[in-house]
Parts: sequence; C-alpha cells; structure tokens
Amino acid sequence: MSEPILEISGLTKVYAGGFKALESVDLTIAKGEIFALLGPNGAGKTTLIGAVCGMVRPTSGTIRAFGNDLAHNWRSARARIGLVPQELSTDMFETVRRAVTFSRGLFGCPNDPARIEEILRSLSLWDKRDAQIRMLSGGMKRRVLIAKALAHDPELLFLDEPTAGVDVELRRDMWRQIDKLRDQGVTVILTTHYIEEAEEMADRVGVIRDGKLLMVDDKDAMMARLGRTEAHITLAAPLAEIPPAIAAFPVHLAKDGTELCYRGGDGTGLGKREVADLTKMLTAQGIDYIGIDIHESSLEDIFVGLVEDRV
Amino acid sequence: MSMVNPGFNARGAWAIYVRELMRAMRTAFQSLVAPVLTTSLYFIVFGSAIGSRMQAVGGVDYGAFIVPGLLLLTLLSESTSNASFGIYMPRFTGTIYELLSAPVGVVETLVGFVGAAATKSLILAGIILLTATFFVDYHIAHPILAIGYIMLVASAFSLFGFILGIWADNFEKLGIIPVLILTPLTFLGGTFYSISMLPEPWRSLALVNPIVYLVNGLRWTFYGSSDVNIWISFGLTMGFLLICTLVISFIFRTGWRLRT
Repeated sequence: MSEPILEISGLTKVYAGGFKALESVDLTIAKGEIFALLGPNGAGKTTLIGAVCGMVRPTSGTIRAFGNDLAHNWRSARARIGLVPQELSTDMFETVRRAVTFSRGLFGCPNDPARIEEILRSLSLWDKRDAQIRMLSGGMKRRVLIAKALAHDPELLFLDEPTAGVDVELRRDMWRQIDKLRDQGVTVILTTHYIEEAEEMADRVGVIRDGKLLMVDDKDAMMARLGRTEAHITLAAPLAEIPPAIAAFPVHLAKDGTELCYRGGDGTGLGKREVADLTKMLTAQGIDYIGIDIHESSLEDIFVGLVEDRV
Repeated sequence: MSMVNPGFNARGAWAIYVRELMRAMRTAFQSLVAPVLTTSLYFIVFGSAIGSRMQAVGGVDYGAFIVPGLLLLTLLSESTSNASFGIYMPRFTGTIYELLSAPVGVVETLVGFVGAAATKSLILAGIILLTATFFVDYHIAHPILAIGYIMLVASAFSLFGFILGIWADNFEKLGIIPVLILTPLTFLGGTFYSISMLPEPWRSLALVNPIVYLVNGLRWTFYGSSDVNIWISFGLTMGFLLICTLVISFIFRTGWRLRT
C-alpha cells in the first residue's frame, strides 16, 4: 500500500442510549485510492464518516489524517477533507454560486471566481449558477453538494451515498466525476447501497455490519477469493445419483434428479472452465441435457453472504 | 488545497459573518423594517401621545427619557433572535454538517454568527436613533460610551441568543425565553419609567431585575443620570457576556447539541 492518508485505529462509538455504532474499527486508506464502504442500513457507515469529519465524537480510538492526530491538528486536517452528506442539506434560498463560494471561504481558501466557475462547469451547474438551490431538481441539488465539497480542492473526499435517489444517467455521470477526481489524485471514500457502484469504482472494498468491519480487501482479490460460479444444468432424463465420472466436480442433484447443480470456482474464471469441462464429461458419458443456466456471483452476492454470515 | 492557520481560520470566520449579514439582507423587511416600525409606534404612543401629558423625569422630557429604554428593548430582542435563528436554522435544516466538518472552531463561529448578529443590532440601533429624531428631541451626553455600551449589550445578548439557538430543539423553545422571560423583564425593567417612580416594595423588587441595570446603564450614557450605580450596570453586562462566552466554550468543548 502506498502512503496512508487516513489511519483509523480502535475506533469505537457508543451513543448516549448505549447503542454501539462502531466497535473497534481499524482502517487504513492509501493516498489516491477509491475505497467503497458497503453495509446495510444502520451498519455504522455514516457514523464512521461523521467521526472523521467532526460530526461524531468518538468514544475511543484514534484517527490520523495526513499523518497527524485529528484530535490535535483538526483545523489543518479538516481544511484538506471534503464531505458530501447523504441528506440534501443546504441553504435552499441561497444561489448555487454563493453557496459554493461560501464553502470555499469556510474552509479557509481565498475567493477564486475562476475556480468556482471551473467546478460549476465540471458538474454542469454553470447555467444554474444564479438559481436558488430550492428551484433545482434533486439530482442537481446533489451536484451542488458535491460542488460545495470540492470548493476547497480537498485531498480526501467522503461521499456518503452519493447517488442515492439519483437516476441512472446522473449516476453514470457522477461515476465519471469520481474517475476524474481519481485522475487528479484525490482520495475518495464512498458509502453506497449500489454494489454496482462499488464494483465499477472502487479499488478496495470494506464491508461493515453492526459497527464491525467484517472485511477489507482489494476488490479484485475479494472477488477472486469469495467469488463463485453457479450453474444449473437441466437434464433430459433424471439421474438417481451422481455418476462417478463427474463426482470430482462440486455438484449435486436437485429437482428429483432432473437438475445438476454446480457451485464452485473462485471468481477468476475457474468456475466457467470447470462448467465447460463438466458439460464435455456429461456428453462423453452419454448424459443428455436440455438447458444450462450459468451465473457468476457478483460483489453483491459476496456482500449479502458476508452480512448474512453465509460465506 | 486549503492551508489554514492552525490557530484561527480568519477566512472561515469572515465567510460565516458575510453569509449571515447577507441572510439578513435577504429578509430585510423582517430584519430591519419591522423593528423600526414597532419602535416608531412606541414613540408615537408613549413619546408623542402620552408623553406630552407626562412630567419630565430627572429633568429629561418623557419622550426623550424613553429613547434609551426603547433602544435597549429592540437591542435585546433583535440580538437574541438574530443569533438564535442564525445557529438554530442550520441545525434544523441539517446544514450544520458543513460547519462541523469545516476548519472552524468556537472563535471563528462566534466571530461569524455573533459578530453578524451584533452588527445587525448596531445597524438597527443607528436606524432607531435616527427614527427617534423625527418624534422627540434627545441628546447623547457620552456618545462614545453610548456606542461602546450598545456594542457590549448587543454582543452579550447575541451570545445569549446563540446559546438559545443551540439549546432549542424546536421552534417553540426558540421563542419561549424571549417571549416569557426577556420581554416581561424588559418591560418591567424601567424601559418606560424610572424605578424611583415606583412605590415600595415594587421599587426594591425592581432592583432584582437585571434589565433595570442595563436600561439605566444606557440611560446614563444618554443623560448622565441613573437610578442605580452604573458600575454595577457595566459589571453585570460584562459578567453576563463572560458567562455566555464560558457556556459557549463548554458547548463547543463537549459538543453538546452539536455533535452526536
């Protein structure tokens, strides 16, 4: 891993009512990476972001950003961090340009109309620059929040459910934006419900449930390690038992022997190859089949498996 | 990339200050015209209509006598409501996230929110004093001290309003202290009369009301006379300012009602 930009160690948050939102979370984020934090509602994703960004007071643990302890050097660190919140929270009566200019000043940057214009143009907001935010659509409001978060050119950007409630076209547009940020060297940590988003964007993925970080891994490595291929072969005639010739494959019979089920592989294509070998073997053995349904497990399957303790 | 002074983010404080003043301009009628209209009505009723039938108080015409009291009445209510709304609204709408995640601490926040609220109060005070010239003849014996005292009171009650705005978790709570405590105390605090005009035991009882000292402090800067020792007035105002500052420091240190 390259130089760490964020180091979280033993982070625990217990709310006043006794609810433990985070339990001894350890996480290190490398400079320039895109990290996706996956988890069901109430898993602790927003609390984790809140603890780093200053909205949540950790019960215990340490957070170091840019090599400095956030508890002590918070002013300098926060000036280099941006946050796009989950809720569409902004001053609805303010104009787009003034809202973004305010954010830049709040984070200690000198006024720079050219830079504000650049940001607004990159998010297709320039035409709406003098419109009150309340007049914009939901998707455009979310862009305004992104523009506000980018106004001070942060090096570390948190996106809490950035595409929640956003249509497909706009979501793809935002992915392109995130790609651009990656090219500019911005480190991005995003939480999402859309597994497709994590699959598309992230270099690494973390899965959180009940305040515990269940797994953090390189996305491709996670797919390779936990990925599976599932094939359902519909047989022309039912089998009473698995023929010895194919017993070495991870197969079993279902639907009264009319379906041969394969579940195996590792997410790198091994499963597909084995299914191909299996069908050849069936043909060689004279076992006829009338249909094949093959399915590669996605990050979503892995995620569901992890949070349901099935993997 | 932003490089912020690790001790004080001046641009951040300025951004909040300007934004808050702009917000007041957006609601100029509510912020400026309405208080001026209300004060003008007071001058018409108490200054011109009733005042012409009243005796001079301590050698000052009744109409002129009530100018500092009316000014203070507006200062207290406007400073408190401006600052309380200033911080309550971001909490209510959720935009507080930006403030909490920004490189601004208690000092920048106070300079921004309380500074803007106090500035609005000072602008209002100037407009009210100007308005008063249309209704009554008055003079200011110690103009520099009057400005200083107005600034002190505006700052103290803006700080108080800031605390209210953090304490309140609904609109009813936001209005309850100004309406149920501040306004009655101000009306009973010698705004329209000298407490020397009151019979006992009301006169002694009035001395328990802290607003009496504030009204008399300001009245002294106008006419050089006061019902109470003006050093107590000054001391109380400073003490109130200090207590409010300490409470706000505590709020920021603990994150009470701000951070979860």
